[in-house]
Amino acid sequence: MIRPDAPLLLEIHELHARVEDQPILKGVNLSVRAGEIHALMGRNGSGKSTLSKVLAGHPAYSVTSGSVRYRGDNLLELEPEQRARIGVFLGFQYPVEIPGVSNLEFLRVATNARRLERGDPELDTFAFEDLVRERLKLVQMDPAFLERSVNEGFSGGEKKRNEILQMALLEPLVAILDETDSGLDIDALRIVAEGVGQLAGPDNATLLITHYQRLLDLITPDFVHVMAAGRILRTGGKELALELERTGYDWVDQELARQPVEVA
Amino acid sequence: MSTATVGDLVSQPYKHGFVTDIETEKIAKGLSEDVVRLISSKKDEPDFLLRFRLKAFRQWLQMEEPDWAALGYPKIDYQNIIYYAAPKQQEKKTSLDEVDPKLLETFDKLGIPLSEQKRLSNVAVDAVFDSVSIATTYREKLAEHGVIFCSISEAVKDYPDLVETYLGSVVPSNDNYFAALNSAVFSDGSFVFIPKGVECPMELSTYFRINSSDTGQFERTLIVAEEGASVSYLEGCTAPMFDTNQLHAAVVELVVLDDASIKYSTVQNWYAGDEHGVGGIYNFVTKRGQCRGNRSRISWTQVETGSAITWKYPSCVLQGADSVGEFYSVALTNHYQQADTGTKMIHVGPRTRSTIVSKGISAGHSSNSYRGLVQIGSKAVGAKNYSQCDSMLLGDQAAANTYPYIRSQQPDAVVEHEASTCRISADQLFYLQSRGVGFEAAISMMVSGFCREVFNQLPMEFAAEADKLLALKLEGSVG
Repeated sequence: MIRPDAPLLLEIHELHARVEDQPILKGVNLSVRAGEIHALMGRNGSGKSTLSKVLAGHPAYSVTSGSVRYRGDNLLELEPEQRARIGVFLGFQYPVEIPGVSNLEFLRVATNARRLERGDPELDTFAFEDLVRERLKLVQMDPAFLERSVNEGFSGGEKKRNEILQMALLEPLVAILDETDSGLDIDALRIVAEGVGQLAGPDNATLLITHYQRLLDLITPDFVHVMAAGRILRTGGKELALELERTGYDWVDQELARQPVEVA
Repeated sequence: MSTATVGDLVSQPYKHGFVTDIETEKIAKGLSEDVVRLISSKKDEPDFLLRFRLKAFRQWLQMEEPDWAALGYPKIDYQNIIYYAAPKQQEKKTSLDEVDPKLLETFDKLGIPLSEQKRLSNVAVDAVFDSVSIATTYREKLAEHGVIFCSISEAVKDYPDLVETYLGSVVPSNDNYFAALNSAVFSDGSFVFIPKGVECPMELSTYFRINSSDTGQFERTLIVAEEGASVSYLEGCTAPMFDTNQLHAAVVELVVLDDASIKYSTVQNWYAGDEHGVGGIYNFVTKRGQCRGNRSRISWTQVETGSAITWKYPSCVLQGADSVGEFYSVALTNHYQQADTGTKMIHVGPRTRSTIVSKGISAGHSSNSYRGLVQIGSKAVGAKNYSQCDSMLLGDQAAANTYPYIRSQQPDAVVEHEASTCRISADQLFYLQSRGVGFEAAISMMVSGFCREVFNQLPMEFAAEADKLLALKLEGSVG
């Protein structure tokens, strides 16, 4: 929902970033207010995933210029764990497996780190188990998943639902979901979409990175941005996504050709 | 802004590196038959023990230092070591009030409070300072149950027959070079005797603290559990930081009779040398248990995190029918540490079973080798062994090796061996961090997860300590 006076949660200004020697982001500008749902679309290689990793603080990426303000403060000077604790959440496209680390224990430590930051009391093992079992219902996951190692042996759909479960426990203010819909069958997609929809509220914001319209059928975005060559090329409402479905991305090449080439 | 990198991880200094300023009596450097006699006379030992020592010394002179381990170190000059040092308080104190307060303070600092009010409850402690036992707690309570827990030096005087019967019966003095040396010059260690049918009511623990820089440490421990008896024993070790190497050559012998069991746990945190590999303890240890009785059981659990060089193979000889041997180990090496450690499970009797779970973590420029032997004799009908060796490599300069030996003369024996290698990946680390878990906590979580199976074997109080110890030991260790 768009409210022009809602607090500005995320303000990205002329963001440039590279991985190793390769410049990927070439001047991203984006503002996200509380209560809003944004969709970020674009071809592979447009920089969508890179943007999400840079916001989360992935060490492989370095910011060369520009700024990111989260609730008015400089986000880029914070370590990844601090960003998570203050409410920035990245739902990974390919959640990694961590054998030997129990899912339950990991979720508890993460949840308590967030709670501590917000001034809430930490939950002991029992209280946490009650909380997590309740949240499991949101993603329709079996409690047996808690006993397993993090993401170990999980199917693609289960991994994505584990991401949403974490979102439900951590209650972030800005949730960036990187192709959360990829690799999901229609039922899993529905569960994920419902979970995201239920967690979205007037005080937080969601940035959905996706290729396809189908997720956006289930979660209506307030803004749709099209990214190409490391920048946001066009911004529109939900109709823009429908238009893309019809026309594809060829127009993007034409538009890029018309614009001056940036010397990185 | 830079994300915490491997190299940035705050270095945790070895917090046990302090030296206690206390008067110590030492004899001159060097080893000869006279030195052996001197040691024996200083300890006022009975004749049988002096003969034991002399026999071992003569055997040692005929032996050659072994060089087959995957370890590299400069030749040890055995004449450049002091073979006896003792804190200058007279005989063993009957009351802790009489013990030099500086000694009590030392153990306090190490987390092993000995004084009445603060002692660890339900754990009897024998505190050994520079190879001399200075205090043992809870002796009366244990005596009520018939349990003997005292230093070897005292046992030799108070229970000479028991000692004479069992000493050297599991590890004969000519078993290997370092056992021979130890048998000649051992100073002190613990003696535990659990009589028939007694389940020892508390955990027993010996805490070894090296303080002097140029002495060798030769502890000797002997634990006997008679029919139906059982005991859980924990050994802890620390030493100050010196820039020379010190030799620690210990011998531990365990004996279990019918239906008896001994659980022996070690958390070893000797000084490992600095980040350039200077200094550190050479830890060459012979530990062996004999399951003499039917249905007897010996379980070794070790967490090895210190020492410049570790060379030890806690082993079980499974003689009794249906006897069981277990070995659970976490060996962590960092910087320039080297470890060649493992176990020998010797199946002699029928239906004997052994389990080996070995976890090696190699970081820095260290080298970590597992060496294990599973031997099934011709009479070991229906024997079973399960071995699992897992290596975790942190960074790209460390090494892990596995040398499993299986020798079986029994066609129906079942021997299973599994091995795995893994690394902590940057992606896994980032995943945990992106959920609010700090860099150090994340490494710790992953390493703990890796060690879980072994830590679950430790007595509860020490499992938590082991977790923390491992976290402290990992500095600059992930690539």
